Amino acid sequence: MYKPVIGLEVHAQLSTKTKLFCSCSTEHENLPPNTNVCPICMGFPGVLPVVNKKAVEYAIKAGLALNCEISNYSKFDRKNYFYPDLPKGYQISQYDLPLCRNGYIDLYVDGEIKRVRIKRIHLEEDAGKLLHIGSGDRLSESDYSLVDFNRAGIPLIEIVTEPDINSPKEARLFLQELRLILRYLGISSGDMEKGSLRCDANISIQTEEGKFGTRTEIKNVNSFFSLEKALEYEIERQIEILKRGEEVIQETRHWDEKNQKTVSLRSKEEAEDYRYFPEPDLPPLMVTEEMKNKLKSEIPELPAKRRERYLALELSPVDVEILVSDKDLSDFFDKALRIYGNAKNLHSWLSVEILSYLNENKLEFKDLDIDSERFVKLIEMVDKNEITRPVAKEVLRRYLTKKEDPLVIIEREGLRVVSDTSYLQDIIKNVISNNSKAVEDWKKGKKQVINFLVGQVMKETRGRASLDVVKNLLEEELNKL
Amino acid sequence: MRTLREIKKIYENKEANVKEVVESYLEKIKEWEPYINAFLHIPYEDIEKQIKELESKSPNLPLYGIPIAIKDNILTKNIKTTCASKILENFIPPYDATVVKRLKENGAIIIGKTNLDEFAMGSSCENSAFGPTKNPWDIERVPGGSSGGSAACVSAGEAPISLGSDTGGSIRLPASFTGVIGLKPTYGLVSRFGLVAFASSLDQIGPFGRTVEDIAITLQIIAGHDPMDSTSSPYEIPNYLEGLGKSVKNWRVGIPKELWYKGVSEEVLKTLENSFGVFKEMGVTIEEISLPSLEYALPVYYIISTSEASSNLARYDGVKYGYRDFTAEDLISMYKQTRGKGFGSEVKRRIILGTYALSAGYYDAYYLKATKVRRLIRIEFEEAFKKVDIIASPTSPVLPFKLGERISDPLQMYLTDIMTIPVNLAGIPAISMPAGFYNNLPVGIQFMSSFFTEDKLLQFAYAYQQFVDFSKKYPTLPNKERV
Amino acid sequence: MERRDFKEQLKKTAHLARLHLTPEEEELFAKQLQNILDYFKKLQELDTSNVEPMAHVLPLYNIWREDEVKESISQEEAFKNAPEIEDLGFKIPRIMKREE
Repeated sequence: MYKPVIGLEVHAQLSTKTKLFCSCSTEHENLPPNTNVCPICMGFPGVLPVVNKKAVEYAIKAGLALNCEISNYSKFDRKNYFYPDLPKGYQISQYDLPLCRNGYIDLYVDGEIKRVRIKRIHLEEDAGKLLHIGSGDRLSESDYSLVDFNRAGIPLIEIVTEPDINSPKEARLFLQELRLILRYLGISSGDMEKGSLRCDANISIQTEEGKFGTRTEIKNVNSFFSLEKALEYEIERQIEILKRGEEVIQETRHWDEKNQKTVSLRSKEEAEDYRYFPEPDLPPLMVTEEMKNKLKSEIPELPAKRRERYLALELSPVDVEILVSDKDLSDFFDKALRIYGNAKNLHSWLSVEILSYLNENKLEFKDLDIDSERFVKLIEMVDKNEITRPVAKEVLRRYLTKKEDPLVIIEREGLRVVSDTSYLQDIIKNVISNNSKAVEDWKKGKKQVINFLVGQVMKETRGRASLDVVKNLLEEELNKL
Repeated sequence: MRTLREIKKIYENKEANVKEVVESYLEKIKEWEPYINAFLHIPYEDIEKQIKELESKSPNLPLYGIPIAIKDNILTKNIKTTCASKILENFIPPYDATVVKRLKENGAIIIGKTNLDEFAMGSSCENSAFGPTKNPWDIERVPGGSSGGSAACVSAGEAPISLGSDTGGSIRLPASFTGVIGLKPTYGLVSRFGLVAFASSLDQIGPFGRTVEDIAITLQIIAGHDPMDSTSSPYEIPNYLEGLGKSVKNWRVGIPKELWYKGVSEEVLKTLENSFGVFKEMGVTIEEISLPSLEYALPVYYIISTSEASSNLARYDGVKYGYRDFTAEDLISMYKQTRGKGFGSEVKRRIILGTYALSAGYYDAYYLKATKVRRLIRIEFEEAFKKVDIIASPTSPVLPFKLGERISDPLQMYLTDIMTIPVNLAGIPAISMPAGFYNNLPVGIQFMSSFFTEDKLLQFAYAYQQFVDFSKKYPTLPNKERV
Repeated sequence: MERRDFKEQLKKTAHLARLHLTPEEEELFAKQLQNILDYFKKLQELDTSNVEPMAHVLPLYNIWREDEVKESISQEEAFKNAPEIEDLGFKIPRIMKREE
């Protein structure tokens, strides 16, 4: 057998206002280099770290949401190594007593539940950024580099799984679900392209029960699909090696996006000795039951629960996924559902009117300023035939783009469906007298002509008459002739 | 050549203004510096600015117009801070250490930065990259280290008070060698923010002075919680002056047999004999106690402090500040050459020791073991303070030694700290008081007390100084002697 | 430990610490440090099997601060001591050694 055995190591930037150990702002997108820095995050002589309480709270929330045990006693440690983006020459992290341990995420893979266990979650600080200047793109071709410390000190949580994942697809699903959970918690934007979510993978091939193969580490994966592709490539590569009767070398490999393959990093350095020891500048953390309970109460309904609930409403799995994958969208859905009740119809409206709009304009739901009560009112008006579907669509558009209150527009511009029979009969009589040829045709038996006549009536009412009502009245009048 | 009380009187009676007082000290500095090299840097322009700023401040501030010298491993904004190292030779800090801020807020004038063993690593002040400081009592001898400059300048009268730092005795030893008072507060009492870290779990900033009252006044200003230092004590601080002058009758003084006699030189023992008589006159009871784990204090200290130091000094890499070797063509060479050339031998030795003690395969036997023995030492002190109020010992096992005498054998040098090190390991406060002279060389006695009982410690030291007072005994300028 | 073995150990450690040692320093340090490390072995005499390590002297817990942005130093002050700045970044030499 050739069974892939995969473990993931995920780093997520926490969306706190300030860095982990100093009060610098965590904003670093589109900023000139070295703008949000201070002596502390730059590792100046004499500085000391002070923990950001919110970061600890976010990390605990992550642990609770991932079903972990939250450690009563947890401490920080120094991870010592030299690299220019590491200003102190050590990273403050957590080594043997992390904040959270022994959790899990359950995934739906091909109709079955797959549990991926979480070994640990811990807090650590991010490093700065390096810009390599030189003849080529790669590190090895640069002539020199520039260091920017804006990112140094931003809080990270590192989430490590047990090697429970057995396919590239499972790995991708895991990462997507993890990201979703972090976004639901509001503790990280989980954006792989922007670097607020990073993932390294460890993979080996198991050929015998009970024996584990040699694993390689895959780095530089920058999207969910790269993760899947990189793992697919690596699995094949390792299997080929094993088939040839050779041994897989334990090493770190780099995913080359351009050439779609993993490449061995030529650094022949032996494994770094990080010389971990307890951080003397920071007292340990003791998480009380009180803290845990308060934070637990702040956790919203998570994706798994929400999925269950929507499936019970008999929405299709595809529709459920659409809703759940965007917390703001499904929060809105829930709000509307509370006053409306017909989940399927509600979802259909959302999907057709709102989501298509978002797609066209490359927006996210949270960018919209839309009130659930008004939205529901529109749907109800269509249900009751008070307005036509096309009118509702148009009014909704104007609401979304120009923020005009739809209910106000409907009244002000008189967009309600016209069902006043006498008013309609007058128009019908007019249309009949102005279209004698069509009427003749109808009398001769060409019954389809009625559609033309209906069209004329609709034109007169500027589309505001109910189609069925007009057709019925017209038939009545025609029959009278 | 005055105490704080005397300087304050001068201002009150308008006998002189701040500029004049400061200038008199600058004169003294000019006289002594060619002989002792206590100062690395006198910021003349900044001093003028400080004096000017003082004009708009209240003369009732506790340290109004008091000149104070600061050890050059404590950051002073816009005033060069070098840690006596080539690697920070031109470093100009963009911020003030918390203690410096507090001193300035209370009217003090920073008169200069004093010499030290490079990065506070040393016991003799011979490891400075800018030349050693000499002992004002005998310029062929060391002033002790690592706060040699801060001690020497108060000893010679170049400043009435100064600040030093103490990791394994670096305040108390030079105080003993130069005949002044030096206090190491309880770990966590004084903020370490802005103190260049040597060993994070051992470092503390403390004052030098000539009277216990001056020590208490200074401590009152610099002590107390600092939100920028997570290891700083959150507790309220007492009034350190209140107890001065109160009786210490019937207090119990512990004499640990491990710190007396064995390893202490005849000369030191002889000079300190006098103190036992003094204790009798003070009305205190003397009790012999035993602290057996002290025998292991030295290796524990040198493992823990070098381990922490090896990590704390990793930031000196030529990237963000300080010296860089520009001839290196690639990063790793740049790191190695910068640090190889920028650091002195003792610093390099300790970095290697510490790196070794933390490395894979050695961590358990060295670092982990040391932190366990550290707990044993601490427990022993805690137990001892249930039985006694004060523990007394010689500050140094030897008289101030000659320059060059111990420099070639690091282990010999380390043994100088054998009396002072246990205090830092336990985290308790201790003070070195001038206790006598042997052949005109100062000998100090060390008093320790329990955590956060500096008020008691100072009360006791004050009482001692009523009987043994060298506050008015100053060394004479070497050229004067030759006449 | 063998003198030769220790010198190797010394070289490895110096590399870990990114310290260049001259051959003279290597000779001198090997001797001095060996001495000191032998002295450290004294600690093995003590039985610490039931003792907790002590990493912090003060028994403090949960020391933290609120998540509020505070202004600090200006970019100019951050660069004041920099060995080399280019395009607002700290310039460093090439990270990889040039291939021969």
